[in-house]
This record gives sequence, C-alpha cells and structure tokens, in this order.
Amino acid sequence: MRNLVKRYPVPDRAVFVTLGLIALLVPLANLVVPEGSALHFSNYSVTLLGKYLCYALLALAVDLIWGYCGILSLGHGAFFALGGYAMGMHLMRQIGDRGIYGNPDLPDFMVFLNWSELPWYWLGFSSFSWTLLMIVLVPGLLALVFGWFAFRSRVTGVYLSIITQALTYALLLAFFRNEMGFGGNNGLTDFKELLGFDLQADGTRVALLVTTVVALILAYLGCRALTDSRCGRVVMAVRDGEDRARFLGYRTEHYKLWVFVASAVIAGIAGALYVPQVGIINPGEFAPLNSIELVIWVAIGGRGTLYGALVGALVVNFTKTWFTGYLPEAWLFVLGAMFVLVTLFLPRGLVGLGRRAPA
Amino acid sequence: MNGPVMAPETSAAGAVARSAVDADLLHGSILYLEGITVSFDGFKALNDLNLYIDRGELRCIIGPNGAGKSTMMDVVTGKTRSDEGHAYFDRNRDLLTMSEADIAIAGIGRKFQKPTVFEQQSVLVNLELAMQADKGVWATLRARLSSIQRDRIDEVLETVGLTTLRDQRAGVLSHGQKQWLEIGMLLMQEPQLMLIDEPVAGMTHQETERTAELLVSLAGTRSVVVVEHDMEFVRSIARRVTVLHEGHVIAEGDMNTVQNDPKVIEVYLGA
Repeated sequence: MRNLVKRYPVPDRAVFVTLGLIALLVPLANLVVPEGSALHFSNYSVTLLGKYLCYALLALAVDLIWGYCGILSLGHGAFFALGGYAMGMHLMRQIGDRGIYGNPDLPDFMVFLNWSELPWYWLGFSSFSWTLLMIVLVPGLLALVFGWFAFRSRVTGVYLSIITQALTYALLLAFFRNEMGFGGNNGLTDFKELLGFDLQADGTRVALLVTTVVALILAYLGCRALTDSRCGRVVMAVRDGEDRARFLGYRTEHYKLWVFVASAVIAGIAGALYVPQVGIINPGEFAPLNSIELVIWVAIGGRGTLYGALVGALVVNFTKTWFTGYLPEAWLFVLGAMFVLVTLFLPRGLVGLGRRAPA
Repeated sequence: MNGPVMAPETSAAGAVARSAVDADLLHGSILYLEGITVSFDGFKALNDLNLYIDRGELRCIIGPNGAGKSTMMDVVTGKTRSDEGHAYFDRNRDLLTMSEADIAIAGIGRKFQKPTVFEQQSVLVNLELAMQADKGVWATLRARLSSIQRDRIDEVLETVGLTTLRDQRAGVLSHGQKQWLEIGMLLMQEPQLMLIDEPVAGMTHQETERTAELLVSLAGTRSVVVVEHDMEFVRSIARRVTVLHEGHVIAEGDMNTVQNDPKVIEVYLGA
C-alpha cells in the first residue's frame, strides 16, 4: 500500500484525495444532512459538480493527446457528443411507452416524423451492455479511421487542427438533420430512468456523480500508467521531435494513432456520463466552439501534467457559472482574458504557479 | 516542421531501374548506392551518386556546402526519396522502399548535424529510447529495463562522460554535452552502420580528440560514415575519404591522394 502511494507524485495524490473526498462527502451532505443545514449540498450543486467532473474527464482526454502527444485536436467535442448520443439512445429506449405519443416501439420524435419502424442503427440500444460497447466503439472507431488517414499522410500541426474542426462541424450539420434519426435540432431528451433508477431521484443523481468520480479516477490511473511507461516517453519524444523518433526506429504514426484512439474513448465515456446528469443531448454539443473552449480549459490549467487539465476544467467552469449568474455578458471577455493572461504569464498554466520556470 | 510532410513518390523510372542487382557487387559492402539522383524543383541535390561502404569501414565524406552530403544521408535513412538509382543495405535490404523507422530497425543509425535530443526528458530516458529493443506500441507499453539493459546504459553513460548528469533534463546540457548524448544514443541503438553528421562541431579540442578515438574504436565492428568540415579531424581518423561536389563523387581515396587531386583542389581545398 505504501509503495502504491509512493509511486505517485504529490499532485497526483492530491487528485486522488480530492476525488475520494467528493465521492464520500457529497452523498452524505446531500442525502443525510437535512436541507436547512449550512452543510447541506443541494441537488442543483450535485448535478453541477457531476457535470463539471464529466468536463474534467474530457479535459483529461484532451491533455493526453495535446499535452503529451502534441496533437492539438480542436474536435474532441465530437467524441464526447458521440458517447453522449450512444447513452442518449439507450435512455430514449428506456422511456418505452411513457412518451407523449405512448408508442412502445418508437421514440416520440420518430412518431412525429411519421416513421413506421426503428432504423437499424437504433437496434440493440435497449440493451445496456450493447450501449456500453457503443460508447467505447463509436468514438474509438471514428478516431481510428480518422487518425489512420491523417497520421499516415503525415498531416500535422495547424492542418490537423483544422481538419479536426471540420470533423466536428460536419457531424454538427449531420446531427441537425431530422432524417439522420437522432432527433434533429432537439436532440434526445425527456429521459426517465437508467437501469430502472429514476433519473430525477436524489439517490440516482448522487450515484451518477459517484460513478463519474470513479470513472475519472480510473481514467487518471490509466493515463498515468501510460505516461509513466516507456510508451509514454516515446509519445513525448514524438511530441518534441517526431523525425528524431522515427530515426530511432519508432513508427510514430502508430503511437499517435493509439493515443488518439485512447483519448477519443475517454472523451466518449465522459459524454456518456454527462447525458444522464444533464438530461439532454443535442447537436449543439458538436459545435466547434465547444471543442475550442475545452482546449482553453487545459491551457489554463496547465497541459502535459494530467492534473492541470482537471484543475483547468473545474476552475474555468465554476468561474463560468459564477459569471453567467451575475454578469452574463462579461463571461466571454473573462474567458478570453484568462486565456491571454495565462498564456502570457503562466506558460505552464495554473498548476505551474508553484513551480520554477523551465531553464 | 509543422506543415504536412509528404514523401515524394519515387518515379516509375526509378522503380524499373532498381530491379535486380548483381549479388557480386554487394560482396563486402554494407551500403551500396548507385546512380542516386534527387532533384528539388529542378535542382539536382544528388546527381548520379555512387557510393559503396565496406563492412567495418570508417569513411569520411567531405565537400563544400550544398555538395549533397546531408541529402545523401537523408536518402539512406529514408527521409528523402530518390528519383533514380538504387540503394541497398546489408546485401539485400532495398532502402528506397523502406520507411525511416524500418531503416532504423534494420540497423542504420544517424547523428544529426544540429544535436537533436529529447530536451524535455532526462539523459537516461534519451538513452533508453534509443536502445535497441522492440519498438512497437504494445511492447513499449509493458517494457521494463532489465539489469543487462541498465548495465548497458551505465556503460554508455560512462563512455560519453555523462554519468553524473544521468537524471538531468537533456535540455539543460551544453552544446558539446548534447553532441555526446547523441553519440551515446547512437551507441545504444547498436547499428551496423552509423551515419554521423559533423560530430565535432562545437566541441573543444580535447572533446574532438576523444570523439576521434571513439569513432576509430567503433570502426571494425561496425561501419561508420562521417560527414565533417574540420579537415584536421578528418585527417586524424580517415583512411578513406570521399569528396562530393554538386551531388556527385569527384574523388575517393586516402587523404593525400584526395588532397592532391586537381579536381578537388579546384572545387574545394583550393577555394
């Protein structure tokens, strides 16, 4: 046990302790502490925190590919949204005949469009295990195919960033179309339950939050195991000198591809955890702006550290909540200012504050 | 570095030209380049270049700027594709069809003119990354240093004089130390053929002497090709010298023969 703790540097341990405390204390403060008490954690706060922890998981995925592998993906929102849609489709099937039209076989929006039967790609989504498989496979396979073509053709830098933007934009346009069968503009919503648990119930909300924390810890451990391995060192070598790594005998395109796929899968899982907590998924999640914003979270937190991504996602989003509550029109200026200030004065992000500047 | 890097396709003519090669020609050669031509927008960086390196040989390549020395190394290591000619390594490995990584795995190591080490990572990790080992994704994911590999790294650290700096980030090393680290990385790779571009640039006199000793000691068990401008250094190590000019070999032989060659005097030494 002691060796296990010692394996991780202090910031990593701080991440584990913080997440552990959230998983322990939030359920207590929400479910046990009475509502009037100062220590009570409201339902609103539970959902908000759960949502932001999903963002933190997404930021972790971006840090893995950008911070460690040097690939600036401006389309990671797409993988997040695809994971979210997979979960959303399952939740739609769980509604059964409780929709407005009461059709036991078709989701409401399909009845509205006068569709007579379920499209083939919706088959299987009644099953939770099939859904879990799709949450991993759909973003993973898209990343595999996209990355295979991009890295094989040696597309790098700005060009790659632009085509990742194009990817998410193309998906945005596609998911907006009603005939795609994903609910068009409105997306998927009115979810009732997950695995038989009412999504509106306090216990379910808390359980979803705890599940997100567990997923975040596991993903963090996985990413850390990768970055600590020789494979992780090769990945950083690819970031800092891809040609040099090739001349050492590494097929750099394979390293980039697998890290990209792993990152996309983590993003997909984050999306799948996000949807039941916020209760809706719509094409807006594919918006290129979202993907850019999440890169800013990582930049503000400090890239290439893993924990910086978590700090960035949480700090930016809580600041956003505060500003959109009190000064909504100021938020974008504040975000811009934060980004500029961090870039100018904290090149290693917020988590670089306590450390010496690189020599 | 950030733009899309596309390897120019080999022309159809090149593909036909490098069909079967007479096996006798390859006898004793580790590297066999014949009729290599590379043009960049009409400018011929290499023009019908022929070069044969023997096993265990230490060869120096000299020539004025733009003579094609670096392009030659680029062709051999797969960075640049030739338009014409053939390039074989170790009898039958056709270098013109192999990727950079495949060529490195096959046993050709390269040290760059400007020292290129992984500055964000420690000296030790730089050597570990260069080490001859399975370089696939899954293999590196599970790889642990064995005690034999640790000893090998320690040995190389000793050879290049970086033992005390093993845990330092490579980025904080001096220019000369980076040169040594890169030579150490080359040693870790244990290539059969080493291509070394300007090894003593930025080194002190003593360091230059040590480099000369090291290179001479390496030749014999492996082949070493050195590109260098420092004529004194070349004279101190080379038995055979090849002079390149405008992408073509204009003279080859020992230092005295080459220095007295009228063509060489005209284009290079006399200039």
